[in-house]
Amino acid sequence: MVPISYYLVLSAILFSIGVGAFLIKRNIITVFMSIELMLNAVNLTFVAFAHQWRHVSGQIFVFFVMVVAAAEAAVGLAIIIAIFRTRNTLNVDQVDLMKL
Amino acid sequence: MHLVLFFIFGGLCVAGALNLLLQRHPINSALSLIVVMTSLAVLYLLLGAEFLAAAQVIVYSGAIMVLFTFVIMLLNAGREEKTHGSKAAYIVGFPGAAAILGVLAYIFLKQSGNLGSAKLGEYLVTTSDLSRVLFRDLLLPFEVTSVLILIAILGAVALARKGHE
Repeated sequence: MVPISYYLVLSAILFSIGVGAFLIKRNIITVFMSIELMLNAVNLTFVAFAHQWRHVSGQIFVFFVMVVAAAEAAVGLAIIIAIFRTRNTLNVDQVDLMKL
Repeated sequence: MHLVLFFIFGGLCVAGALNLLLQRHPINSALSLIVVMTSLAVLYLLLGAEFLAAAQVIVYSGAIMVLFTFVIMLLNAGREEKTHGSKAAYIVGFPGAAAILGVLAYIFLKQSGNLGSAKLGEYLVTTSDLSRVLFRDLLLPFEVTSVLILIAILGAVALARKGHE
């Protein structure tokens, strides 16, 4: 028997690590990977609550999140390749054209 | 048994995520993210989501992470150079993330009694349960995702194509 709250705390830990990695990583690919980590943490919350309420909808939601994450990864990596072609760098500090 | 499995794979998850944070080479980060995603698949299985566990392994640790490692190797991404980064990220970001974690953990552990607990094998969503809802009640959203993926494919090809004449 594992309390559901343990699963929720685990997903909170994963989400916070994802936020931290998003903020301190300087490589654009790693920043993108930490977004995937945050999405996974939220998926764990959905599955835990689906188990608690004995309801399938939570798992359906995770399924749609996976689909959207796959589409997002494809487009995002294409954008990263385009950035690398034009700027020749993967460092987010050097891609600051829209910064004030 | 359930508790032991939870702590083993939950610990693997946290260790992989911390490794992602601490490694300086993107390929090491990608490999530790695969560890996180595969252990999450085991946790889904413990929560009775068998289809999602399989989909997690196939879609996340299979397809998406292969795409990531492929791009890392294609762009020949080297070690991250040490920069000072954004000051705001250090001053506001870290205490903010720690505060989110603290508040969430406090609330979840305080409400632990109301949330109940998960027993192994007590509740199992089979693939037929899931597909019954997906193909009967949610057929339209399911079909719309195919359009989304088609657009994503077209967008990826258009963006990654060489030369924009």
